[in-house]
Amino acid sequence: MTNGVIHWFRFASPQSFYPLAGRMLPWFAVLAALLAAAGLWIAFFVAPTDAQQGESYRIIFIHVPASWMSMFLYVVMAGWAGFGLAFNTRLSSMMAHAIAPTGALFAFLSLWTGALWGRPTWGAYWVWDARLTSELVLFFLYLGYMALHAAIDDPRRGDRASAVLALVGVINVPIIYFSVQWWNTLHQGASVSITRAPSMAATMFAGMLVMALAFWMYSIAATLGRARAIMLEREAHMQWTQDLKEAAR
Amino acid sequence: MTAPSSAAAFRGIVRRDLRLAARRRSEPLFTLGFFVVVASLFPLGLGPEPELLRRIAPGVLWVAALLASMLALGRMFGADYEDGTLEQLVLAPSPLVLSVGAKIVAHWLVSGLPLVLVSPLLALQYGLPGDVIAHLMLSLLIGTPVLSLIGAIAAALTIGVRGAGVLVSLLTLPLCVPALVFGAGAVDATLAGLSAAPNLALLGACLALSLLFAPLATATAIRISLE
Amino acid sequence: MDAGPEGGGTVNWGSTADFFAMGGYGFYVWGSYLVTAACIAGEVLFLRARRGKALRQVRAEKGRNETAA
Repeated sequence: MTNGVIHWFRFASPQSFYPLAGRMLPWFAVLAALLAAAGLWIAFFVAPTDAQQGESYRIIFIHVPASWMSMFLYVVMAGWAGFGLAFNTRLSSMMAHAIAPTGALFAFLSLWTGALWGRPTWGAYWVWDARLTSELVLFFLYLGYMALHAAIDDPRRGDRASAVLALVGVINVPIIYFSVQWWNTLHQGASVSITRAPSMAATMFAGMLVMALAFWMYSIAATLGRARAIMLEREAHMQWTQDLKEAAR
Repeated sequence: MTAPSSAAAFRGIVRRDLRLAARRRSEPLFTLGFFVVVASLFPLGLGPEPELLRRIAPGVLWVAALLASMLALGRMFGADYEDGTLEQLVLAPSPLVLSVGAKIVAHWLVSGLPLVLVSPLLALQYGLPGDVIAHLMLSLLIGTPVLSLIGAIAAALTIGVRGAGVLVSLLTLPLCVPALVFGAGAVDATLAGLSAAPNLALLGACLALSLLFAPLATATAIRISLE
Repeated sequence: MDAGPEGGGTVNWGSTADFFAMGGYGFYVWGSYLVTAACIAGEVLFLRARRGKALRQVRAEKGRNETAA
């Protein structure tokens, strides 16, 4: 680059991004696997047994990183969607759509592991604690985003409509979170917060962080993979997809 | 003839929508009917014990109002889309945001306000005392516009889409959680002898925020849907 | 089981049986980790299948183009 400026917009077309995504994908997949291995090692072999919760607390090494990921991915998704809406770039919308299912998956895992953690700790699979309830609403927001896009036949209209929905959602998420916290304090006594985590030994926090990074790398890899599939689907009639090596047979 | 001022255009749209709703008198009554039926179902499902009913009343009545509002949303833009009026509104000289605001106001007058007015009768069914009923009406008065505003966005996004009815509810309900929490919370507080002011203030904040953003989002959504 | 302030390394688990039992919480801990692994594996497989289907779509379009040409 003679002038030192990277023309990122060169990658704004699916045609140029497709091979780039293909080259990046394996790296993120490998990173994810390595970090997951490290994280699991910490989770099971380094972190000590908790005094109050015994071994069941080890679920937090999935639960908390999954929660973080589900919220982070929603914001990133809304960002891509907003970018696509503002600049009318096809690729941005495709990226937003590539993120959604993975984000929804982490929201589901957060709920699932939260329930399995709640049962031994607080006696019930679902205790309507503030964070789990907010997570549930976030899960619905993901589903709504995917449902809206699926319901609209025209892909361009679907992209832009779901972008508006994602932006409305992302503004609402803090408000919803606050209102659920508020609701929880109003009805205190009915349930105890399972998110009052055990006093964190450094190893526990390290384990959660490593697992969170693993999930993040995995999310990037999954998003790139899905984005490539979306590009192929949407642009099947274009010359560049038909000229691809993998399309030859 | 000079172009009408924005205020006149606003009033004109509200008047027109109200007149159309008056002609199809059955439809607004369906919303009301649904509200009453749903509120009557809970005692049938749970038993008529007065103490229980009094405790669940704020939540039940609020959820019933929420669901009734969802049902009415399809009508906000559906008819105008079908006969081409919506396109005319987009192309009209007055700002689309204003026209959208007018339609939302008219929709609320037809589908939201009646819920507020009928709620005392349902509250009596649940054995709520007088001051609680007053707070219920107030919370619904502030809250139902929020539901109409948020619902308008979803209604605009799904214009002409197959299965739009259920989809609109799916999209809107999670976004209405804050309004539900604060609205029902206000009535709950009054029931417990506490002040409803904090919850009502928060509900008012929801209203202010939705007044600020929803018409804009709805107008954007209409343009997207009509492309 | 020896659990020092910074964790006991492999001394966390007296035996493999202890590892699987997770102090009696085996169902919950493994229920979480295995479902997570299954979901992630499922997503990967699903993406592979989606890519295959997309490539078949591209080939179909290509064939259509070539016969038309």
